[in-house]
Amino acid sequence: MAGSELSVDTLKSALHRMMLIRRAEEQVIDLATSFDDLIRGHYHVYIGQEASGVGACMALGPDDYMFTTHRNHGHVIARGGEPSPVIAEIIGRTTGYNKGRGGTFHVIAKHLGVLQTSAIVGGCVPMAAGAAFSIKKRGTDQVSLVFFGDGVLEEGAFHEALNMSSLWKLPLIMMCENNSVLPEGRRQGEYPSSSFAATQLADVAKAMNVETHVVDGGDVREVAGLLTELAHRTRAGEGPFFIESRMTRWPGNRGSFPELIGGPHQMDWTWDPGTADARLQDWLTNSDPVSLLCRSLVEEGAMTREEVEEIDAATRKEAEEAREFALSSPTPSPESAMDYIFA
Amino acid sequence: MANLRFVDALREGIAEEMRADPRVMILGEDVAVGGAFGVTRGLVDEFGHGRVINTPISEDTIMGIAVGAAVAGKRPIVEIMFVDFITLAMNQLVNHAAKVHFMSGGQLAVPMVIRVQQGAQGGWGSQHSQSLEAWFAHVPGLKAVAPGSAADANRLIRASIRDDSPVVFIEHRGLYFRHDPDGLEPGESVLGKAHIVREGSDITLVSYSRMLTECLEAAEDLAGKGISVEVIDLRSLVPLDIDTVIESVRKTNRLAVAHEAVVQGGLGAEIAARVQEMAMDYLDAPVLRIGAPYTPPPASPKLERAFVPDRAGIAARLHRMLSYSKEEGS
Repeated sequence: MAGSELSVDTLKSALHRMMLIRRAEEQVIDLATSFDDLIRGHYHVYIGQEASGVGACMALGPDDYMFTTHRNHGHVIARGGEPSPVIAEIIGRTTGYNKGRGGTFHVIAKHLGVLQTSAIVGGCVPMAAGAAFSIKKRGTDQVSLVFFGDGVLEEGAFHEALNMSSLWKLPLIMMCENNSVLPEGRRQGEYPSSSFAATQLADVAKAMNVETHVVDGGDVREVAGLLTELAHRTRAGEGPFFIESRMTRWPGNRGSFPELIGGPHQMDWTWDPGTADARLQDWLTNSDPVSLLCRSLVEEGAMTREEVEEIDAATRKEAEEAREFALSSPTPSPESAMDYIFA
Repeated sequence: MANLRFVDALREGIAEEMRADPRVMILGEDVAVGGAFGVTRGLVDEFGHGRVINTPISEDTIMGIAVGAAVAGKRPIVEIMFVDFITLAMNQLVNHAAKVHFMSGGQLAVPMVIRVQQGAQGGWGSQHSQSLEAWFAHVPGLKAVAPGSAADANRLIRASIRDDSPVVFIEHRGLYFRHDPDGLEPGESVLGKAHIVREGSDITLVSYSRMLTECLEAAEDLAGKGISVEVIDLRSLVPLDIDTVIESVRKTNRLAVAHEAVVQGGLGAEIAARVQEMAMDYLDAPVLRIGAPYTPPPASPKLERAFVPDRAGIAARLHRMLSYSKEEGS
């Protein structure tokens, strides 16, 4: 796969984005658990899936479109979003990307081409097909990329959009992030769901004549390599494509609310998973995309542990500053409650 | 262009906007062959299959593709063949089209028109004859327009296409093939402005879409009995020109609202509530709501005729309303 050809500088920058997502999400969990009134409903974090979003967004150019779901914080940062307006948005501040009107479920950033973040399962797939339709009609070489979870295949909208994007050969990349896969299944294996009849998710898209790929979503090189190739082919008119990006759920995401087991991630855990809480050890050893990338870069001699830890320290600081920025930002005034009803 | 049919005036309005703005396109089931009622007939000859686009039978995704295209630079018109089928697309309409501008904090706009066709006429039965405008009016972020004449069909479709918010454009199939003696006249092309179609002094009668015709005929019948009815065509349901209604009620002191939709939870309830909030002291009688009974539209001819309010029924109820006195009740 082309991923192995990524330069050390590119990999360092990918690692930086992945760690920035991890640290920003840790701040989100801390804000939700330390304050009663900042994130009052449910929220979803992207810890453990960083390689999938960052690798995919590495294939996008500045004019491309991206659509995502309730688990969007990491995607927006992967696309180049800054943690400060993302966290400010999550806690409903006027300095958030959506001026506090979106919240955790709907971080939208037009300047990054993030045109919709829908918390309705499957809701973004037709819209992403619509953006691809607009691209096709305008004759530009943009790409429309949509992230969604495996549950989307249970919704009818997905099948309609799959059919229409295939029928009209739209420049659309459907990135299905299946975070229910055990480590060995990331590369082979089956979809372990009691609520979907197909054994292989990718088979569904194949039936509509959409080219499909399965990728190890825990490996940023694999994801970036595949997506770069598919984005190139999409620009050449060969789309749409369906990708199942397989990853293993972060143990902190197994309960109904995210939980920082053992506290924020320690770099010691990366170098020696045996030092972490027993519930994390297997995941850190076999599945954590950040730890896997850190260890492989050091093993390959591309980076030293110290260099990796410098990046980690920088992203920790950036996430802490984002938290402070968000907490010190104002909430929208009640007088502005009726803004943005109509354009 | 006198004596034009509603369907032709509407088509001409769409064509004018497509000529003026290359971003405007139309999508729907069979639109390239004219659609079920011929509104889009011939458009493909002028604008080609690239802008007059037949879709699969996938309402949710037709709507979603239009929303996505709208946030990414196009100004799509979606045709939903029967309003009843919009139930399949309510997720994209209500959760996406209506809310993207708000949820994004004004970053994005959704300039699209959703053309729907409705009404109980022709025995199509319960799944092809509903009037669902109250649903659309209930959702913040959606505009809703329901013209009752050919001239307004032309004006309002142009205004709707030029609007930067999603507009549900409600057509009644009973209006399509009727000749409009007034034809097209140059007039303002704006949303949110009601039109006093007939001036009167005894009762204000508010309506829209096809029911406007029955109201005008009822007003004519009552004039023969010495009762003067002022008939207001709302034209636009969201935004709602309540000021024109209030001003009329201050003059007539009586208000009736007639629509083809089921009375329960209908637009009539909203208008009645607003008028009693804003002009209670001017009302000499309870606001009268006229509409369909609380039942799905029936297919049987006799039942269907009874389901839809008509000229005689409206006139009779308005006549009875005049005999109401506050002292005795109705």
